[in-house]
Amino acid sequence: MEQFLQQLINGLSLGSIYALIALGYTMVYGIIKLINFAHCDVYMIGAYVGYACMTYFHLGLLPSMLIAMAACTLLGMAIEKIAYKPLRNATRIAVLITALGVSMFLEYGTMFFVKAEVRAYPSMTGWMAQSFQVGGVNISMLQVIIMAVTVILMILLQFIVKRTRVGRAMRAVSLDKDAAELMGINVNSTISFTFALGSALAGAAGVLVGVYYNSINPLMGMLPGIKAFVAAVFGGIGLIPGAMVGGYAIGMIETMVDGYGNSLYKDAVVFAILILILIVKPAGLLGKNTREKV
Amino acid sequence: MLEIKNINVHFGVIHALKDVSLTVEDGKIVTLIGANGAGKTTTLRTASGLKKPTSGSILLDGKDITATTPQARVKMGISQVPEGRRVFSTMTVLENLELGAFLRRDKDGIAKDLATVYERFPILADRKRQAAGTLSGGEQQMLAMGRALMSRPKILFLDEPSMGLAPLLVQEIFDIIKVINETGTTILLVEQNASMALQIAHHAYVMETGSIVLSGTGAELSQSEEIKKAYLGG
Repeated sequence: MEQFLQQLINGLSLGSIYALIALGYTMVYGIIKLINFAHCDVYMIGAYVGYACMTYFHLGLLPSMLIAMAACTLLGMAIEKIAYKPLRNATRIAVLITALGVSMFLEYGTMFFVKAEVRAYPSMTGWMAQSFQVGGVNISMLQVIIMAVTVILMILLQFIVKRTRVGRAMRAVSLDKDAAELMGINVNSTISFTFALGSALAGAAGVLVGVYYNSINPLMGMLPGIKAFVAAVFGGIGLIPGAMVGGYAIGMIETMVDGYGNSLYKDAVVFAILILILIVKPAGLLGKNTREKV
Repeated sequence: MLEIKNINVHFGVIHALKDVSLTVEDGKIVTLIGANGAGKTTTLRTASGLKKPTSGSILLDGKDITATTPQARVKMGISQVPEGRRVFSTMTVLENLELGAFLRRDKDGIAKDLATVYERFPILADRKRQAAGTLSGGEQQMLAMGRALMSRPKILFLDEPSMGLAPLLVQEIFDIIKVINETGTTILLVEQNASMALQIAHHAYVMETGSIVLSGTGAELSQSEEIKKAYLGG
């Protein structure tokens, strides 16, 4: 039981990270039907920005994270403007290939500047380095921080999407671009805002992963990126609650396989789930099965 | 007054609109009739800014708006009910209506117009918390019209409001269109149901394969032998 609870806590921490990244995939997919492969590299850049803030400017975790989020917001908007906006009326496959290109550009561009070596995040000090025991379960303050930050960001996101003008515009554009335009909604700036929002979350995830696992490298986005993508598909791509549910589910499954089964299989299980979902319920856990009209 | 002057529209190599000109005078109902694929919807989409013409110009109250965005045109008082309603299906009726007022900031005015819409379409008030996608076709048409009215337009474009509706409902929708016009909104109506459209229109244009081939008052055209044969079934 204790071990199970311990894995549960670990799973929630990992799941939080996946959920944060998955939200960016799913929002962008929801609005322009693109799997933005460069998203996982925005997360990586976020981790590096956080690293720079903490190592060179000796900033605390929170300010570093906010700066990383701001930097990623700008990066996400720039990617959209430079790479995807000119392709607004192109075929989906053309945009998808472009996304792969952007992803590699970011990965190897970053490698050029920071070298391919792994860097160690500065370790936490003071209360953030502490951990405590609850009924034999070991919980670190970092895990608490990760979970709390994720929940706060999700609530914030829900508020923006459900209650604000721009959130309403986002939902309208994702449902019907032409009709949204006829309401007077600026579709381009709404898409740009969606990228901004998703990238900010990825930036936060990058810094959280940096402090949690302590090591970052220019290719660190690849695997978590794909897993977060699986999470988004698992929950139902294009659906914000789906990405949250999917993120936690994938994080939990991975930790459980790691803890009870064989850690060598943890990635395999995640991808087996992707295949299973695509066969059994392609619209995802929360999605409705709709036929694509030809 | 809306003037469309010699617009040409291309989709790739297809020449969809050929020198189309038409005028919609203030306070009138003007209809554009014609067969499927004649270019009626493209004309509306060009006038509302969703499609850019390759040449020609569009004037609103004498001002050239050809290069403006759809957003700017909504602000200037153009509103369109698109073909097939295009309501935001997973959003509630109320949210759809509020989106119609997206560019407005006058809270009191919006509340007043919302009340007017509910008065005109009582069914929308009953269903305001319901997802728009769960409404029937006729209710969705009413919602699309209500939504378009929420921007408080000077001129309202209606694209095939009768499409897919039972005859009784069609009559109801056309009655409402007349009321909207009588309360001061200019209307440009695109219809395949030519007899209904000609009954309420002050002026009518007939389109065929991308060109305007005939125009006249609604009464004139409904008497024309040519129109009777081609569009009114005898």
